[in-house]
Amino acid sequence: MATLKELAQRPERFTGGHRACAGCGAPIAVRQVLMALDPEVPVITACATGCLEVTTTIYPYTAWRGSFIHSAFENAAATISGVETAYLALKKRGKIVDKPMKFVAFGGDGGTYDIGFQSLSGAMERGHDIVYICYDNNAYANTGIQRSSATPRGASTTTTPAGKVIPGKPQNRKDLTGIMAAHNIPYVAQASISHYMDLTRKVEKAFNTPGPAFINILSPCRLTWGTPPEETIDVARQAVECCFWPLYEVENGNWRLTYQPRERASYSDWLKRQTRFKHLFKPEVKQELLQELQAEVEERWAKLQARCGSENK
Amino acid sequence: MKKTVAYTGNEAVAFGMKQINPDVVAAYPITPQTEIVQIFSNFVADGLVDTEFVTVESEHSAMSAVIGAAAAGARSMTATSSAGLAYMHEVVYIAASMRLPIVMQVVNRALSGPINIHCDHSDAMGERDSGWIQIYAENAQEAYDNLLQAHRIAEHPDVMLPVMVCMDGFIISHALENIELNDDAFVQDFVGSYQPDHYLLDVENPLTVGPLDMFDYYFEHKRHQAEAMRKAKQVIIDVGKAYGEKTNRSYGLYETYQLADAETAIVVMGSTAGTAKAVVNELRKQGQKVGLLKLRSFRPFPHQELAQELQHLKAIAVLDRADSFNAFGAPLFTQTRAALYDLPDRPQMINYIYGLGGRDCDLSQIGQVYQDLQQVVAQGHGGEIVRYLGVRE
Repeated sequence: MATLKELAQRPERFTGGHRACAGCGAPIAVRQVLMALDPEVPVITACATGCLEVTTTIYPYTAWRGSFIHSAFENAAATISGVETAYLALKKRGKIVDKPMKFVAFGGDGGTYDIGFQSLSGAMERGHDIVYICYDNNAYANTGIQRSSATPRGASTTTTPAGKVIPGKPQNRKDLTGIMAAHNIPYVAQASISHYMDLTRKVEKAFNTPGPAFINILSPCRLTWGTPPEETIDVARQAVECCFWPLYEVENGNWRLTYQPRERASYSDWLKRQTRFKHLFKPEVKQELLQELQAEVEERWAKLQARCGSENK
Repeated sequence: MKKTVAYTGNEAVAFGMKQINPDVVAAYPITPQTEIVQIFSNFVADGLVDTEFVTVESEHSAMSAVIGAAAAGARSMTATSSAGLAYMHEVVYIAASMRLPIVMQVVNRALSGPINIHCDHSDAMGERDSGWIQIYAENAQEAYDNLLQAHRIAEHPDVMLPVMVCMDGFIISHALENIELNDDAFVQDFVGSYQPDHYLLDVENPLTVGPLDMFDYYFEHKRHQAEAMRKAKQVIIDVGKAYGEKTNRSYGLYETYQLADAETAIVVMGSTAGTAKAVVNELRKQGQKVGLLKLRSFRPFPHQELAQELQHLKAIAVLDRADSFNAFGAPLFTQTRAALYDLPDRPQMINYIYGLGGRDCDLSQIGQVYQDLQQVVAQGHGGEIVRYLGVRE
């Protein structure tokens, strides 16, 4: 695996000057992903409609040094599968130079968990040699922070506002990483921008595994989460430490935790620092609901540990 | 070397695809197009083509995958019908705006609801402003010939637009007809190889496709697209002529039948043109001056040419196998009528909406239309302008 020093010396495939918000997690995720790739190997990127796309390719500018395609919101996986197929077809016919290329698609949780779910499932099942990266910021951030199936229960969004009767989103999150593992594809992982070496290792594996790979990367949106821009990495780290976002991988069906928090951070503390959850603490602390939210995280963590064959510390 | 075989429209089109041997096909089955996908899958399985075939999970992904493949530099094809085309709708527009020369066989079928698997043109009409070229066939021979011309039209540097090649569901797609096939060598030569100027896999010259285009550039890009469609007219004519030089089957934007000295005529697209020709023959024997214009290219719409061809007529009936639900006329009618607006002496024009959901349009219905046209001429006015043919009122 590349060392941090080596990574730092690699030429940037994704340039500065794009128009993402200060403190946005998505470009951090993209930069780390593309940096993890062997600099000699060209990569073709597809992107779903969303924050990442609208802030990085405003005509006539582009933040992508390599070839890039955006088609629509729900079809990044199908689009990159077409690109990868063209590569096979043209290579076979000698129309392009026979050298390795990599194919990656980026989508937010809206474009991945929800509207692009079918396209993703289809592309994974077909076995294309592609890597799909979800930058999960827990909401439809681009359209102004509406709930997605990745939004945690209790979060206030513009379509699940914390009201007098309903305290934010009523439903729990969809376990997309688990669902992708259920596709029995060669490589599935969950990562966070806060743990960059873990992320780099996973991206390297994903690109070097023949066939489809999926990585779900926690990429906080400071507008959605209601955290200061300079705390993006820290709030992501705390999400990992409190086991809201465990880091793990499923390699050829083998589940493995890649990070075990030494000391469990409090889920409630993590919620408290984000304005999307402030109604859970003010004007009074909604103790019962907080316990239910905590229990849900515990249940998922326990299941994951069981799958990974390790004991809770 | 000419070879005559008995093929259904679907078999003819699938055979045409085999001869073209495109780089990438992505498609999803839907009645009445399904056979094309099945037959082509056999060609792939038996190694008769070396196309990469993507068995997508939906039509939306079919179009999305061919967009990716075409942008990557591959000659790409798909096929669909009805709800499948409607499901693609969003990405159909994107394919055209990206100026990707994709070829799609559309086997025309009614749109839901109510659900119906039979022929009308409502599916393709739903995409008429999507920026795709649309070419319609009268029979299996034309469906085959149109498909073989489509890539040359689409990939022409003046055009660079996707082409929808349309044939009537079941009426053409499932009916067995004698058709003349070209030999493989001719097709390979005629279609030629595809070398795009800019493509994603040209990694030495990286490309950003599909960026966000705001009010400062979007309009210019749409303007370029409109211009390409205008230029496509001449390319369709040139390609149709070149095809005819080798095959003795020439094509243009439209076909006229007994039109030069006609007093009344029908304008129609698709298989009903064949039925109408039979009626014209019959009425001509009786001394009636009736004619026909069969439109082949609906997009681009040859408005000046139609005005020229139709100006001498006293009355015209435009037959639409789709309704616009606009409380007026259907698409082919309103466009044809607009095309004739600048004529100093405009013919009377009426619209018949016919054959929806596969309702048979027989000789007697067409005979009725020519009879009605005589009445319009006698009365000197169109009377009821928009009419429905063969429906229980």
